[in-house]
Amino acid sequence: MRQPRKLAKWLVVLVALHAIVAAAGFFAPYDPVEQDRQRPYLPPMRIHLMDAHGHLHLRPFFYPLKLREGSFDQYEENTATSVPLLFFRSGASYRLLGFVPARLHLFGATGARIYFLGSDAYGRDQLSRILYGGQVSLLAGLLGAGVTLLLGALVGMAAGYYGGWRDELLMRIAELFLALPWLYLLFALRAFLPLGVGPFDSFLLVVVVIGIVGWARPARLVRGVVLSVKERDFVRAARGFGASDFYLLRRHILPETASVLLTQAAILVPQFVLAEMTLSFLGLGVPEPLSSWGNLLATLQQYNVLVSCWWMYLPALAIVPFFLGYLRLASALQQRTVTYKIDEKNDWNPS
Amino acid sequence: MRYLLHRALHAVFLLLGVSLLTFLFSSLTPGNYFDEMRLNPQISPDTVAALRAQYQLDRPLPIRYLHWLSAVAHGELGFSFAYNTPVAPLLWVRARNTLLLTGTATLLAWLMALPLGVWSAARFGRAPDRVLSWATATLLVVPDLVLALCLLILAVRTGWFPTGGLVSVGFDELSPLHKFRDLISHMSLPVVALVLATLPMLVRHVRASVTEVLDAPFLRAARSHGIPDRKLLYQYALRAAANPLISLFGFSVGTLLSGSLLVEVIMSWPGLGPLLLEAILARDLYVVIGGVLLSMLFLVTGNLFADVLLYWADPRIRTTASAK
Repeated sequence: MRQPRKLAKWLVVLVALHAIVAAAGFFAPYDPVEQDRQRPYLPPMRIHLMDAHGHLHLRPFFYPLKLREGSFDQYEENTATSVPLLFFRSGASYRLLGFVPARLHLFGATGARIYFLGSDAYGRDQLSRILYGGQVSLLAGLLGAGVTLLLGALVGMAAGYYGGWRDELLMRIAELFLALPWLYLLFALRAFLPLGVGPFDSFLLVVVVIGIVGWARPARLVRGVVLSVKERDFVRAARGFGASDFYLLRRHILPETASVLLTQAAILVPQFVLAEMTLSFLGLGVPEPLSSWGNLLATLQQYNVLVSCWWMYLPALAIVPFFLGYLRLASALQQRTVTYKIDEKNDWNPS
Repeated sequence: MRYLLHRALHAVFLLLGVSLLTFLFSSLTPGNYFDEMRLNPQISPDTVAALRAQYQLDRPLPIRYLHWLSAVAHGELGFSFAYNTPVAPLLWVRARNTLLLTGTATLLAWLMALPLGVWSAARFGRAPDRVLSWATATLLVVPDLVLALCLLILAVRTGWFPTGGLVSVGFDELSPLHKFRDLISHMSLPVVALVLATLPMLVRHVRASVTEVLDAPFLRAARSHGIPDRKLLYQYALRAAANPLISLFGFSVGTLLSGSLLVEVIMSWPGLGPLLLEAILARDLYVVIGGVLLSMLFLVTGNLFADVLLYWADPRIRTTASAK
């Protein structure tokens, strides 16, 4: 009884996390490419309730940062002026989910820019960039997993259903792809695709490359399911009634592979998000000014950033809850499949 | 013996397949190293064409592949356009460093995973086991990239470890003992990153397979005969649980190779990783192909080693292989 609840719990967590990233425009106070060249590498600002004189304020506020006397990169709070934090405020326009034009932001300020998680080399808001970067990284992972599962399902069904030399050939190729270390494969594929292309094209390239790398494992799993399903009575009966191959595959065999595909999806999405991050981190993926979790981390390759700007590490933390969610979801799905099978065997006790 | 021969043949076919695959990919390339020269008005099109002819880039793919294959048979891996040298020695130096890193990491990870896994399995469900499971689950959630970055940050902030390179400046003048210590201190950071990245998976597998074996009747019988726990765990249980673990060994070599690619770039370890990255950015075709193939060679060797171990450890394979 515990498993379905666990599954539901992690599903809810994941949906919530994705919703936050999907609605990045609302949660981010600024446009991710909006620059403020006067304020590079600003540390995160503190939100106060108590001001410098010890008075309590009902509305949270922050102090804008100014350069410390006699320093060129150390900032301190300018306690002369306090800027109140405004909630549900209209600001930079964005498109919610990529379609709906909107201007509403969760929070913001007038008079001074609020850098809740600090700013980067061009004074861009790190919080906004992390949220928008999540859109790119997660979308690449999800689309990549979609491509992989589609390829895997097609190849697996073809191999398992038709059998014979086709099966032999496809499975040998799959073995080849499984044997290669995935990062090398990713590199090899990326190596032979164009380098200097626009942000959108390179995003598509990354999705395609990631999608092609992982098809072998789902293909083998799907093949295994198809091999057993195609001998089941209801499939034989349908064939006896004159059903075509395509109809059989679509109507009777594909639904049986659903649980395997679902589990694989939960395993693949975080892997592929990581793959996108790795490519972008190494400069082979999504380029600036578009932000992704990978190219946000790439600034850490500069020594001075690594040493002195701890808030630039934050994108690395952003992915951890997603990983946790997907990992737990995958294990819950796996357990469900196992108990499901056991229940199927003891059909006197269906539950 | 026939079993091993069979596996070796399989490995050779795998290598051939991968080389064919990489060559196929390379033919899809929309550009090559000489494309930038074509944009340069000071270099005439004839020169570019001559260069292309010299490196046989104008030939059709099958012929290029056969040429390359015969060169590989002679121990050459083609020519690096960017470095203007043959690829083989270039790769060899880097591959040695990668091998040093992954070899050490594999050894350390397994040396730690086996006792930890067995220890955890022996206390299955009790507090120490739960703590360890929790720790491995946490480590599993942190991706390699983040882990390596965290370690690098630690090293930079504390200054405990050198943060890049293979050896210090003036390495040649050091005494052998100091040379060794210098190398160790440079290696420690990337090795720790790699070990931490693979350890959780290994510990979990060891724990799972030993737990399964511990339930078996023959072990209960052995225990009731009064065989001491340590001997029971390490001689009886581990041996019986070895089969899936040896297969896992082959697999772990692959993940470590992938991981080391990334770790090398992050920690500027002069291995295959940075070279490959540069080669990709410069479109240095044969270096990429050679690098991928070399890593495949390591992987296949690791798998072959696992096969040999399996043959040695599992009498069932010996009997079925000889019965064939």
